[in-house]
Amino acid sequence: MIRKSMMKLGVTTALGATLAVTSGVFAQQKEMKVVPCDGGEPVTVAGFETGERLSEDKAQKLADTLMEGWLARQDPAVAVAWVRERDAAATNAEPSQAQSMQSTDINPRDLVLWEKEVGREIAYGDKLFHDDKLIGGLEGVSCAMCHPNASNTHPETYPKFQLQLKRSALLRDMINWCIENPVRGPKLAADDPKMRALEAYILAQRKGVPLEYGKH
Amino acid sequence: MNPLRWEKRLNAFVAEREAWFAGLRDAGKTLEGRRRFMKLAAAAAGVAAGSSVLPHSFQLVNVVGASTDSQGAGARQAFSFAYISDSHLYAKTVNERFVNRVQRAIDDVNALVPQPDFVLYGGDIAQLGQKDELMLGAELLRQLKAPVKMMVGEHDWFLDMGDLWKSLWGPPYYSFDHKGVHFVTLMSVNEKDFWTEKKLTPMERMGIVAGLDDGRQSRFEVGDEEREWLARDLAKVPKTTPVVVFSHSPLYKYYRDWNFWTEDAEQVQALLAPFETVTVIHGHTHQVLTNRIGNIHFHGMLSTAWPWPYAPTGLPPLTVQMSRIDPFNEADGLGDGGFSTSAGGRGDKQYNLWNRNPMTVSARYLASNGAVDTPPAPPFKSY
Repeated sequence: MIRKSMMKLGVTTALGATLAVTSGVFAQQKEMKVVPCDGGEPVTVAGFETGERLSEDKAQKLADTLMEGWLARQDPAVAVAWVRERDAAATNAEPSQAQSMQSTDINPRDLVLWEKEVGREIAYGDKLFHDDKLIGGLEGVSCAMCHPNASNTHPETYPKFQLQLKRSALLRDMINWCIENPVRGPKLAADDPKMRALEAYILAQRKGVPLEYGKH
Repeated sequence: MNPLRWEKRLNAFVAEREAWFAGLRDAGKTLEGRRRFMKLAAAAAGVAAGSSVLPHSFQLVNVVGASTDSQGAGARQAFSFAYISDSHLYAKTVNERFVNRVQRAIDDVNALVPQPDFVLYGGDIAQLGQKDELMLGAELLRQLKAPVKMMVGEHDWFLDMGDLWKSLWGPPYYSFDHKGVHFVTLMSVNEKDFWTEKKLTPMERMGIVAGLDDGRQSRFEVGDEEREWLARDLAKVPKTTPVVVFSHSPLYKYYRDWNFWTEDAEQVQALLAPFETVTVIHGHTHQVLTNRIGNIHFHGMLSTAWPWPYAPTGLPPLTVQMSRIDPFNEADGLGDGGFSTSAGGRGDKQYNLWNRNPMTVSARYLASNGAVDTPPAPPFKSY
């Protein structure tokens, strides 16, 4: 659903709809006229206040209306092909060329944002790694006591068969083993935000080390 | 048996053993000496049989060197001391495992026959410098039969800057002479003030220092004042006298980020360099660690609390690593140990790894720069 609406808004932008605000007689009853980029019939949004940010619903409705108008003005063959492509994309079929071009369009602002987000996760993991109380340890033993800077955690060697666990183990299995045994805290679910953060911190400390799964 | 009587018997036993060593040295020189020694040996066997002291064998290490000691250092004798280090005690109610491990080390040392001349405690008896931690440590160590030589670590110090530690164990640096060897215990974990400007509480300061990889702290150092004291202390000692130095941090530069490091190491080494025979025994690194710089041999000590991985860089090339730690083996990489010194003042370092074969790093190995007597390499090196 989210994917679908994002795509539609994306197309709207691509069409380059121009916004025009027309003042009504009374200040309370302003309206906005939006002209599609192909110069077609403008769409009017009623009850619009100057400086107002359209709610998601309203914006979606506007985009849908613009698209409907645009489709109605197209050659039927073009319109049908477009609808088919749109629906295929929405059901996770192979992305169209237009879409893949869109997803690789990474701008510097994206990079800053993503790095910050990952950094936040790693920083949280760092905190958990150095504080036994945050992961519910009962005996004052934190991860960093035996693993300063996450040394000797070798995340690059997983998955590997761990004889003592009698199974192929992932990093998270060993994290949980340590939490339950030396740390004496409660086991974390695989998707627990604390588990995700601990994994993020540990992996971040081994940047550049080649993956070597199964290494003993 | 009441403790006082036990102590008397123990002292008698130690005196008898010392006579044995002296006799053995003479035995190597003259026939008369050998006769005296045989008489003494017979008497010793009788004493052992007639007392409640457990039957034992005399385990002499390197004593043969004594008979060829032509330096005339009459007071020099072979002897050994044991060590326990880095126990990081919390209050008993918080963490009983750490307490049990100190107990295990104490039981190990008390079971040694013959008893070591003394026991070095290598620092970090407490985890966060708390009163109940230090008092618990003092209470536990009182069980040791041999006298204790105490050293301070950063975990003991940075809550109250050593006030309680000093009231329990006295000055943090001192020297003493024992059987012809000059011993120096240093306080090597001083740090330049990083707390006043940041307005940290004593507990915050302690917490930062307690974090090995916490970069907000300063680097360890012996410091000007103590180095001046060391220079004065060593000025009285002939350069031929063997010197053994105890320090909590390694007195060289191994890995800065974890304070496996002493900032003024070179200056301390310069004070030790003129002596023919110098050995440094240090704690803090929780691992088998061996180094040699010029005439100075360096040995690490094991922890009783947790082992540390080898640092990513800076490992001295003479170090034969202890095996990589098995996390499923609760006491792996932990233990205690000792140091046996021949009459020449050099000695072999023992690592009594609790759940592994013990390791010995001999003076011969270091003296030959690793050419002979190399300890066996571990099955698993660190990652």
